[in-house]
Amino acid sequence: MVRIRGLVKRFAGREVLSGIDLDVPAGSVMCIIGPSGSGKSTLLSCINHLERIDGGRLWVGGELVGYREYKGRLYELPERQIAGMRQKVGMVFQHFNLFPHMTALQNIIEAPIRVKGEPAATAKRRAMALLERVGLAAKHASFPAQLSGGEQQRVAIARALAMEPQLMLFDEPTSALDPELVGEVLAVMKDLARSGMTMVVVTHELAFAREVGDELTFMDAGLVVERGRPRDVLAAPQEARTRDFLSRVL
Amino acid sequence: MILKLGSDSGVPDVVVPLRHPWTWAASGMAVLIAAAVAVSVATNPAFQWPVVAKYLFDAQILGGLLRTLELTVVAMAMGLVLGTVLAIMRLSANPLLSTLSWLYIWFFRSVPVLVQLIFWYNFGALYPTLVLRVPFGPELYHASMNAVITPLTAALAGLGLAQAAYTAEVIRAGIASVAHGQTRAAKALGMRPATIFVRIVFPQAMRVIIPPVGNEVISMVKSTSLVSVIALSDLLYTAQLIYARTYETIPLLIVASLWYLAIVSVLSAGQHVLERRYRQR
Repeated sequence: MVRIRGLVKRFAGREVLSGIDLDVPAGSVMCIIGPSGSGKSTLLSCINHLERIDGGRLWVGGELVGYREYKGRLYELPERQIAGMRQKVGMVFQHFNLFPHMTALQNIIEAPIRVKGEPAATAKRRAMALLERVGLAAKHASFPAQLSGGEQQRVAIARALAMEPQLMLFDEPTSALDPELVGEVLAVMKDLARSGMTMVVVTHELAFAREVGDELTFMDAGLVVERGRPRDVLAAPQEARTRDFLSRVL
Repeated sequence: MILKLGSDSGVPDVVVPLRHPWTWAASGMAVLIAAAVAVSVATNPAFQWPVVAKYLFDAQILGGLLRTLELTVVAMAMGLVLGTVLAIMRLSANPLLSTLSWLYIWFFRSVPVLVQLIFWYNFGALYPTLVLRVPFGPELYHASMNAVITPLTAALAGLGLAQAAYTAEVIRAGIASVAHGQTRAAKALGMRPATIFVRIVFPQAMRVIIPPVGNEVISMVKSTSLVSVIALSDLLYTAQLIYARTYETIPLLIVASLWYLAIVSVLSAGQHVLERRYRQR
């Protein structure tokens, strides 16, 4: 589903990703861990071209992301075409980023109606089913500010799912939550993984990675340091940097 | 040691709040002064209240009032539309667009509106004829500039173009106040730039934009009185025309002032309603 080769990303000349290779097979869950500043969130933003890449290639569903390759050169695509690709990739943010001027239901139906041109009645029916799935059907008329962090994040997941994506990206989805609200969000994500969704999850929840992840990638300083089955990497890390990181977070 | 609240006697305590005698004394003074001013205004015959009453609903004055309202609405509409365009240009990643917008705002905010009005009124001296033509092609329209630049069009150009510069800054600040994550979230959902602006960014910017724009509208009502210098019969100029004939200067200025007060009162109420509607939920 996702194939990354030699991905390089710079911010103002500073290299934050220095040649990343990564594969996420369809239906699998890839968890990415690493210290802050290791480039893991930037990597996620490159997958749906929220960040422009400076080198390498990135494919989602077999399609080159953000560029058209012609005679060995990469031509950046217009925003319109990139928007078309992004419909197939859902994204969940650390700070939820719900639209504060819309209710939970309006947040969910906005993109299906405006982007896909879905009839309002159909969009609403599907949105209510999604709210049901994340356990928030009763809160459909609430505005984001009236919801707890955990509830907001579950609405944000439902909003992303409303576009019927083939791939879901999670950028530290529980990092901004109070500890007692983390569980409800992870439960929704587990349910999603079980349904066969392809997921890339940047997280600090090692227990979640161990239980739900098919593969675990440890990143540091813009590089993939180690990857493997979550159980193996967490129990017996091969690299010194991984051991060092795990000893500090466990 | 056990902390006890209330008195041991079982009788509820009497709490005496701190008194503010000087606040009361100052308030008394202020009320006295206000009353003295009111009595003086009401009883001083030089104010000529009967004359005020006579002209308050005079047809000529009401005509001027209508012109003032028309100028306010049209110049403000120009300011909002052009101001939005300028704000978007200012925020554009293209340095040429952003610099052009900066130049416009710099120029039209720097030159006094009064000067701009007189300038537009005399625009015919710079360009005697107005010609619209296809570049290197046939003429589409040909007119004498003095026929195009009437006092009304000069007034609208002067007020509207200057207003756009101010509104642009207000709108730019409003757009910039919307969290960047909102655009990222909308993009991630596959929304196109125009949709993101109209559906996500602008409605949130409105909350920040409305209070200052309300101020600008109120300010515009009074700025329209500047058009009296180019002999456009707005509310003030109409009052001036009448007192030039009758020498009843003070009462006619009071008539004009009362109408300005009335308009601004209505607008303030409207602004209050709008602010409540767009308040963050």
